[in-house]
Amino acid sequence: MPEEIEERVMRAIANATHTPIEQLTPDATFEELGLTSLDALAIVADLEEEFGIEIANEDALALRDVRQAVECVRTLLG
Amino acid sequence: MRNTRRVVITGLGAVTALGLDVPQFRDSLRAGRCGIRPFETVDSTSLRFKNGAEVRDFTPSDHFTEKELDQLDRFAQLGLVAARASVRDANLEWTPELRESTAIITGASLGGKTYEEQGYAGLFGEQTRRPHPLTVPRGMANAAASHISMEFGVHGPVYNISTACASSTHALGQAFWLVRSGAVELALSGGCESPFMPGHLRMWEGLRVVAPDTCRPFSKDRRGMILGEGGAMLVLEPLDAALDRGARVYAEVVGFGMSADAHHITQPSAEGAARAIAAALRDAGISPEQVGYVNAHGTGTTVNDPIETEALRLVFREHASRLAVSSTKSMHGHSLGAAGAVEAVATALALHEKFLPPTANFTEPDPACDLDYVPNEARETEVEYAISNSFAFGGLNAVIALRSWDG
Repeated sequence: MPEEIEERVMRAIANATHTPIEQLTPDATFEELGLTSLDALAIVADLEEEFGIEIANEDALALRDVRQAVECVRTLLG
Repeated sequence: MRNTRRVVITGLGAVTALGLDVPQFRDSLRAGRCGIRPFETVDSTSLRFKNGAEVRDFTPSDHFTEKELDQLDRFAQLGLVAARASVRDANLEWTPELRESTAIITGASLGGKTYEEQGYAGLFGEQTRRPHPLTVPRGMANAAASHISMEFGVHGPVYNISTACASSTHALGQAFWLVRSGAVELALSGGCESPFMPGHLRMWEGLRVVAPDTCRPFSKDRRGMILGEGGAMLVLEPLDAALDRGARVYAEVVGFGMSADAHHITQPSAEGAARAIAAALRDAGISPEQVGYVNAHGTGTTVNDPIETEALRLVFREHASRLAVSSTKSMHGHSLGAAGAVEAVATALALHEKFLPPTANFTEPDPACDLDYVPNEARETEVEYAISNSFAFGGLNAVIALRSWDG
């Protein structure tokens, strides 16, 4: 189950930012992936839709890497 | 040799969350009264943010016939009412010659959304209705400028500027330059905007810059901006003409500066903003030490406030600590294309009535924002020179400089 969330998060990030999925690893930071703050907005929007969750502004703007994104989703899914 | 004349503000009009006229606007600023409240004109059930700075108790039928309203989206209604008020306030007497040599330059960026949204809802939702036939002329961002020109029979240069949050400061600056250079003998300039349509508000959610509570510029616990609506117009004329006809002078327009950040489509740059401020001071022929009050762009977003503070430090250096800096968006919200004009009216009133509007809702200072932001209470203080900053999405900056007029 936990693997599934990580996979879905990475797929959402890949789609939102037009990044090939092979480039994404659980340890990757957005900076390493060449992603900007605008990409982060797209990622957050896609994660909300993918998981049916609502991410608060402060949390959305604080996301910097894949791991944080996965944690954020896990927390909100309860 | 360029012909340059001194330019003064002789009329003001404002319809905002702080009142339906300039006296109400002024009194609210002086009292530090906040016009940010839960939405009334739009259903906010499905919205993540519930508060805005709406114009309250505005009855369109008080100002327009039903036929006229067919052509006027809300933003243009607010602009036209403000324009009428400013012309009345200036006690202007129109002559055929004046009508030929008057400019009307508005700042409006969104334009009319009401019919447009209803049109899309019909087309893509119910898939039954056609859009209203007048959707295009109602929605175009120049509609207010056009209607104002028709209202007063003005045949001179009339246009609208769309530079997001800097639109009406760009407009005022252009109007100032046209009057100063002698290209026109009079200018009506300002801005109008009304973003409170359900679809448009949803567009703002994704940017994550709108606060769920209120607007606290420069405070440590600020959570973003609050959207506002409004119409604000100013009458600009040459000093000599104003004195000849015994007009009341609110303030003198002394400088206008612009710059582009060339940096990011939403994030500001301190160097870019500093360029525009410095350009305005240069255009005014004044030194940084002569400025007493800054009406900040001060949106209350995480990024704007420290960057604007840094920009002020870059230009004013040690003098920055002696400046009074306030964001009146804390009270009237961020009315996008109209913001610059609303804030220019606030700045002109501050100089004329000798008070400094506060930054409302101020709680605890952010360490990165370490200037005097006139927290919560207006100050009865005279200053000679003031500037008003507008720093827009896309890195487009405009700053206007005013001087107090003592006769």
